[in-house]
Amino acid sequence: MNGLPVVSLRGIVTRFGSNLVHDGLDLDIVVGDIVALVGGSGSGKTTLLRHIIGLTRPAGGEVRLFGEGLRDGSIHDRIARQRRFGVLFQQGALFSALSVGENIAFPLKELGVATGAELRDLVALKLAMVEMEPKHAFLMPAELSGGMIKRAALARALALEPELLLLDEPTAGLDPDRSAAFVRLIRSLHRELGLTVVLVTHDVDTLAALATKIAVLADRRIVSLAPLEETLQVDHPFIQRFFLGEHGRNALSRRNRNH
Amino acid sequence: MGDRRPGALPAVLVVSGGEVRLTGDWTLGALSEVLTRVRLALAAAPAAARWDFGAVERLDSFGATLLWHAWGARWPDVIGIAEHQQRVIQRVEASAGRLVPRTSRFGAIDAVVLLGGALLQFRTHAVAFVALFGQILLDVVHLLRHPREWPLLEISANVHKVGVKAMPVTALVGFLIGVVLSYLSALQLKIFGADIFIVNILGLGIIRELGPVLVSVLVAGRSGSAMTAQLGVMRVTEEIDALAAMGISRTLRLVLPKVLALTLAMPLLVLWTSSVALLGGWVSAWVELDLSLGFFIETLPTVVPIANLYIGLSKGAVFGFLIALIACHFGLRVRPNTESLSVNTTASVVSAITMVILVDAVFAIATRSIGVPT
Repeated sequence: MNGLPVVSLRGIVTRFGSNLVHDGLDLDIVVGDIVALVGGSGSGKTTLLRHIIGLTRPAGGEVRLFGEGLRDGSIHDRIARQRRFGVLFQQGALFSALSVGENIAFPLKELGVATGAELRDLVALKLAMVEMEPKHAFLMPAELSGGMIKRAALARALALEPELLLLDEPTAGLDPDRSAAFVRLIRSLHRELGLTVVLVTHDVDTLAALATKIAVLADRRIVSLAPLEETLQVDHPFIQRFFLGEHGRNALSRRNRNH
Repeated sequence: MGDRRPGALPAVLVVSGGEVRLTGDWTLGALSEVLTRVRLALAAAPAAARWDFGAVERLDSFGATLLWHAWGARWPDVIGIAEHQQRVIQRVEASAGRLVPRTSRFGAIDAVVLLGGALLQFRTHAVAFVALFGQILLDVVHLLRHPREWPLLEISANVHKVGVKAMPVTALVGFLIGVVLSYLSALQLKIFGADIFIVNILGLGIIRELGPVLVSVLVAGRSGSAMTAQLGVMRVTEEIDALAAMGISRTLRLVLPKVLALTLAMPLLVLWTSSVALLGGWVSAWVELDLSLGFFIETLPTVVPIANLYIGLSKGAVFGFLIALIACHFGLRVRPNTESLSVNTTASVVSAITMVILVDAVFAIATRSIGVPT
């Protein structure tokens, strides 16, 4: 944990037509952090995640990953940089024409580094990491339940041994039990693999259980980046509503009971 | 090489006597740059060697899998390994070899099963197609009894989409086919001095046969595939289920407007395309045989009985009905994955064109004594 920024956003400006979503947004995420990005609907959380991945380009400002500009260097450098992070999309985004095992093996096969037997063992390993059975490798994505899709997609995101994991609404659509299990899973992976994690979430339970820091996106910028306790002290109408509304209070009291 | 990340060290192994010393990063990122060399070195390592992990900076599951396979799936003598690195290898050990690939051999029985499966598949298609046809008829009866429920807006939108918007492309293709047909015929007719028969050939050929079939092929590719894809994506996104949940008939609201619109629009498209194809034919005849437009228009009704136009237009209506029905049939069979969408869209276009040509042959036999000058 040497405090090196993995993700560094400087002066990000995003516009959709005449709608200004981000205006001079700054954010630094250091190695080993689990940062939860929270904000109201339409405040541009997912858009910010897409800027980090490089799927969209902000109208202004700079995105730096691992200390390098997102679009710096040759194509080779850019691809190598992209292989250092894994993304879990909101709907999983598993390739529906491929089985779960093929989905997980796909990025490794593209890289062309593993033999057939190694590939099979790696798929079994990634499945075990996300608490799935080897036999699940033969299922098609259409045959999976919501929780299984998330886990299979997480296994695929882990295929290239990423240093940075980006999760878009990892627990949306899961029942409380499943979502708690998924949170435990991510936390244990974070501990074992030393990942840096950025997640977008609406769920106070998830972020209370998982995040080491909370980045609050409001008023078109990050108004606070701090651990939960300090975030709760910040006097901002959104934070007050989000954490200290009825649901938020319940979630926080559950967390305090558990600790 | 591999030095882009701060502090990244290339993976190295040094063999000295009975000991293999590993240094650097044994991670996917670091290894993929030097993989061939590392694999060769691993293969050359002595079987009973002692493995020194003392200088390994980082080890991830890819590096661990690589080592595990090099070790022949069992632990060798290992020294200096950190606890978390040992755990990584233990995890590989725990899951290695558990994923057994499913081998499939294709034998004689499989061939029979495949054939039987294809036949049963054809049967289910036929049954579902007839059921859809019947449902459409029931819907029409329902609409005749409840005239206020006609989905007029959808029908009109579909007529615009499949009819009006298809006009430029059918005109272009029709014109060029007319030119080519006329040019080739004119070359032959000139030899026999039978120039004026160009009007008979173009008139009969285009109005009765070529116009409807040409438009059908274009429309099947253009609108049929679009209908299948649209219904298919609506299946994938559960929009069709949402309609059903609201108690709205999917055939009434989705299938019927498409089928009716194409049945209405196709004869008009056939008329339009045949006209443009005749124009193209005349242009070519004018260049090649110096035939005037006035003569062409005057002669056309005298050598081509009007029955041919009726046959052409009714073919258009029937083909349009079939194309739309086939497109909707396959669209409703799409399962929620991309592969199924592509399979069904392909099947829709291929079946529609095959069906059109089959039915065209039936038409040719059924109308063999109508409208042909003897």
